[in-house]
Amino acid sequence: MRLTGAQIVFESMLREGVRHVFGYPGGANLPLYDTFVQYPQIQHILVRHEQAAAHAADAYARVTGEVGVCFATSGPGATNLVTGIANAWMDSVPLVCITGSVVTALIGRDGFQEADITGITLPVTKHNALVQKAEDIARTLKEAFYIARTGRPGPVLVDIPRDTQQQLAEFEYPERVSLRGYKLPEHIDYGQVKKAAQLIGESQRPLILSGHGVILSQAFAEVRTLAETCDIPVITTLLGISGFPGTHPLALGMPGMHGMYWNNQAISNADLLLGIGMRFDDRVTGRLKDFAPHAKIIHVDIDPAEIGKNVRPTAALLGDVKAVLQVLNKEVHPKQHPAWRAWLREQREQHPSIALPETDKLLPQYVIHKIYEATRGDAYVVTGVGQHQMWAAQFYWYDRPNSFITSGGLGTMGFEVPAALGAQVARPHDVVWSVCGDGGFQMTSQELATIVEYELPVKFAIINNGYLGMVRQWQQLFYKNNRMAVKMFSPDFVKLAEAYGMVGMRVTDKLQVESAIERAMAHPGPVLIEFVVDEDENCYPMVPPGASLQETIDQPQPSREEATTRR
Amino acid sequence: MRREHHTIVALVEDRPGVLNRIASKWRQRGFNIESLAVGHSETPGLSRMTFVVDAATHDVEQVVKQVDKLVDVVHIEDITDHDMVSRELAMIKVRSTAATRSEILQIVDIFRASIVDVTPDTLIVEVTGEEAKLDSLLQLLGEFGILELCRTGRIAMPRGSTRVSPDEEPHLLLPHLAGGRAPGGIY
Ligand SMILES: Cc1ncc(C[n+]2csc(CCOP(=O)(O)OP(=O)(O)O)c2C)c(N)n1
Ligand SMILES: [Mg+2]
Repeated sequence: MRLTGAQIVFESMLREGVRHVFGYPGGANLPLYDTFVQYPQIQHILVRHEQAAAHAADAYARVTGEVGVCFATSGPGATNLVTGIANAWMDSVPLVCITGSVVTALIGRDGFQEADITGITLPVTKHNALVQKAEDIARTLKEAFYIARTGRPGPVLVDIPRDTQQQLAEFEYPERVSLRGYKLPEHIDYGQVKKAAQLIGESQRPLILSGHGVILSQAFAEVRTLAETCDIPVITTLLGISGFPGTHPLALGMPGMHGMYWNNQAISNADLLLGIGMRFDDRVTGRLKDFAPHAKIIHVDIDPAEIGKNVRPTAALLGDVKAVLQVLNKEVHPKQHPAWRAWLREQREQHPSIALPETDKLLPQYVIHKIYEATRGDAYVVTGVGQHQMWAAQFYWYDRPNSFITSGGLGTMGFEVPAALGAQVARPHDVVWSVCGDGGFQMTSQELATIVEYELPVKFAIINNGYLGMVRQWQQLFYKNNRMAVKMFSPDFVKLAEAYGMVGMRVTDKLQVESAIERAMAHPGPVLIEFVVDEDENCYPMVPPGASLQETIDQPQPSREEATTRR
Repeated sequence: MRREHHTIVALVEDRPGVLNRIASKWRQRGFNIESLAVGHSETPGLSRMTFVVDAATHDVEQVVKQVDKLVDVVHIEDITDHDMVSRELAMIKVRSTAATRSEILQIVDIFRASIVDVTPDTLIVEVTGEEAKLDSLLQLLGEFGILELCRTGRIAMPRGSTRVSPDEEPHLLLPHLAGGRAPGGIY
């Protein structure tokens, strides 16, 4: 079958099961758009900025477990993708980004809208390629999808010049890839499994640190079996949240910089840590040299470069989390840790960490809590980056597997709007709440147009504290309260929502929160609620940057009132 | 942490951009590549690269693992601790006059180097050997005036039947895992 390069792209996507493409057209990908009409099986979602295409594809991939796909034109279109690609790279999300490039004759000659996008994205992609012949497109895309979704997932970019999209070539989709340099862990080291099982057997104070890998490998049942069989409490990292049921008796919540006080104490007292599909990131460990001083470590991860990077494990189980745990679960024996569990309970009672303060003020934590109640912990929750993100991690208990969609590794403000868009496209009949910062929302609010156009019923909760709250918190704590460039002017969010043709509401009083959320849930279309919350609220517990987990500040010193008057 | 010279050999797909990908990983960590030699390997389609970097062992281990993840990198190994043969080639253009020529020739002889070009006032000396040998020859020739110098960078090969090859048994994930480890957790 002789097809154009553009047709080969679509035929390849069909074979990879692609049903949605988030994209934006331009001169260099016009042949692709010209061909789109021939493929009604694939829906195009026209975003308002290419960054949003990448973030939407990212959230789509996280929610579905499939590869997210986005299109952009050359030059500015491609460079606009970069933040989104870097975000997916840091959080190990499978993406295939297909960019149009200037015609082959102009490559390297500063042609109009040329950008060396394979060069630019080199450090933030798992792999990338410039295809210069139509006959190479099918193989390259086959490899791109394969590389994106296998092993530790990640973004792959394929750059195709406009003339290559128009060139004719014989189409045959390869059955398999042949990549001699692409290594996947082939077998599980049984010796290490035995060793891990033995360590678990000997341990008195074990903890599971469950990360994004558990979600990516869909090892929900396996982690739960391990935890329940061996009575091991489960801490979930920021990206691990919703990998283990939030209301399970063994669930301990988040560790690290804004993690639960009890967790940071528990890690410091544990005699065994099982890091499962996580990478001992600095936000989790605090000062590395004082991390888990009494613990031996079992590290389960698919990426050999993560093993031994930050901590030296006693047992290292290289492989897909699900596969490894299935083997490990056969080797472990049921046990109980009553003393350890009692100690943890005691810590929790002494340092409640996330007790809702009794106040008439409208606090952001209360808003999250009410969204939790209204959705019974069963919605997809998407967040931006900052204080509201941490509260969304702390005050919502995620029982639905893989329902917390957040930017962890890169910490990309502005993720909240396009990611909610992508999640809702992936799950049109489920409830998607986007918990937004007033700052982050304004970075990508143009996507409200996309959301309205495609009739996506996303519920937005803007936590409007009038500040770049998290940055202000650092200025208060570590820069002598020198508040520079953090007070944020915002438009009338209600009018903005209405201007885009969606329902807008403003809540200024604690007593209105519940009914506003209920009204939003009852409305079939998209809704934006602006919660005008107490400006001064800060996010605790907190491990000061560079400090150890033992130095976690459970509650602010000086108190909230004093901090306010010092302003 | 103590820094030392590491000799790293990579077998990579012979394709555009591969060097860029690998170099980018070293650059990201702020490593200076002391020398780099690239050429064909015994396997068609695979190039062999030899890197010399000056850095702490743990950092090198990290970058090597990151480079190993590149799709175009078929095999990579830090062979510093191997029993190996390593060589470098240099061409040195030295100023020479009728008065100094024989003295230079004597030095060249001692180093088993050779003269590959002669003009009334210059000589090109070609020398092969380990870096230390090249360095001391250079020091001696320096007195006469070095007009031009080029060095290939180190190439290295393990002695005996050991090979740098993807077919060889995979190197241990972490050497210390064999012996277990005391509690403490961290480097
Ligand atoms: C794109 C981007 N720019 C800057 C930052 C640094 N940053 C981290 S949190 C934050 C404040 C976020 O403000 P807002 O969205 O209002 O959330 P809040 O912390 O107030 O809840 C900033 C500026 C970032 N994470 N991402
Ligand atoms: Mg804010």
